[in-house]
Amino acid sequence: MSPDMRAPGGTEAEVLGPADIGRALTRIAHEILERNKGADDVVLLGIPTRGLPLARRLAANLAAVEHGVDADAITGSLDVTMYRDDLAHQPTRTIAATDVPPQGLDGRVVVLVDDVLFSGRTIRAALDAISDLGRPRAVQLAVLVDRGHRELPIRADYVGKNLPTASTERVRVLLAETDGRDGVLIEGPTGAGR
Amino acid sequence: MRHLLSAKDLSHDEAVLVLDTAAQMAATQSREIKKLPTLRGRTVINLFFEDSTRTRISFETAAKRLSADVINFTAKGSSVSKGESLKDTALTLRAMGADAVVVRHQASGAPHRLAHAGWIDSAVVNAGDGTHQHPTQALLDAFTLRRHLRDGRGDLAGLHVTIVGDVLHSRVARSNVDLLTTLGARVTLVAPPTLLPVGVEAWPCGVSFHMDDALAQGPDAVMMLRVQRERMSSQGGGFFPSGVEYSRLYGLDARRLAALPDHAIVMHPGPMNRGLEISADAADCDRSVIVEQVSNGVAVRMAVLYLLLAGSPDALATSQADDEARALA
Repeated sequence: MSPDMRAPGGTEAEVLGPADIGRALTRIAHEILERNKGADDVVLLGIPTRGLPLARRLAANLAAVEHGVDADAITGSLDVTMYRDDLAHQPTRTIAATDVPPQGLDGRVVVLVDDVLFSGRTIRAALDAISDLGRPRAVQLAVLVDRGHRELPIRADYVGKNLPTASTERVRVLLAETDGRDGVLIEGPTGAGR
Repeated sequence: MRHLLSAKDLSHDEAVLVLDTAAQMAATQSREIKKLPTLRGRTVINLFFEDSTRTRISFETAAKRLSADVINFTAKGSSVSKGESLKDTALTLRAMGADAVVVRHQASGAPHRLAHAGWIDSAVVNAGDGTHQHPTQALLDAFTLRRHLRDGRGDLAGLHVTIVGDVLHSRVARSNVDLLTTLGARVTLVAPPTLLPVGVEAWPCGVSFHMDDALAQGPDAVMMLRVQRERMSSQGGGFFPSGVEYSRLYGLDARRLAALPDHAIVMHPGPMNRGLEISADAADCDRSVIVEQVSNGVAVRMAVLYLLLAGSPDALATSQADDEARALA
């Protein structure tokens, strides 16, 4: 099991369980199909670390619903580390793999997938990274949790759950692939959790 | 990691981190748009007191691919005495506001002096000092070995690398012995007795005077070192009597190439003396990765510049911080 990562004295509340996450991803998959009238030309790009397993799960959901979709062939990973605007203010980040499906991004509909949408700066970096890789017809954004506090004019097209938070709180997404279990936790650093 | 002065300074995990980062950098270099915005606004100064084409161009390319500004500072021909000159130059660099100084110097230890004398605040990367160290060359060699013989992952545990040639004057050999050993590989040095340094028996590697014996052990890779023809004359030190004798005893030719195991690769840090330490057959064979070493050099130097310059200088931790930061983002 993953270790207890709570700040000393903090509280922790689980706001989404494994079943909630599963339902949210099923709904998002249907919304992607509805919005794009099928899965033709759709490419799912997960942002490491936790966006990547989410993108894989979404792709599997798309393949289960839509005939003729190959989940592996439409999923990729997009590392945005080298495009971030806060590199100089943080410890050196490890660069993860960028892996775009072989057909490329030109003329396709890219759905960016990430776990938490907060300031929007990761997504800004992702948009820059995409423009260096090709010219998609459209870019859409799917997130498991939108916790507010945007610092840039960016919004998500598909949201698993809107989670009003205080900026001092912490949202942790746990996924079976990376953390051993599914769950979304809110941690209040001062004991002011929900 | 504040500076990169010696391959010896790298721990096993740090070395693997550099190689992993280099692999991601290499992946970006096969794209149509090779330039990344990562080091925008940072200044890298190439300070070369000694001639070098490929290393300087490699560092310049690496810095430019990461959007850093590059200033080339060639101090060749300076008649000022070494210590004084280096200090004055360093003070000039500080005035220019360099974030990183890539230095090559004919004196062993000059990069260390530059990094620790308190003249400048920037990161210092050793691009070759005297007969001491050339850490980025060792890193690119390790990267090339890992890519061909270890599927591009992990370390080099269990590999056997034979390094042949002028070990005495070679900073490439010293750096490679340090780094490849750190990464778990076994290194054997092969050279005439005159071209081995005093104290080589204390190095963490095997030593042999006979190339054919060393090749009979079935190394996974053979790294040929450059031999300077000047060294055979009496003015050059008279380290070996003739080029023909050297190439007969220590050159990699078609016969020795055939004696290598099928998977073994042939490496050379360049520039090559064709016909002296390596024959054209060996240099151009399909097991030769000499040209690839050059392109890997750009990726490795991008990784080193990224790891030294991208993060906050006050924050030393790597990788672990990633998940923490992402949870907050």
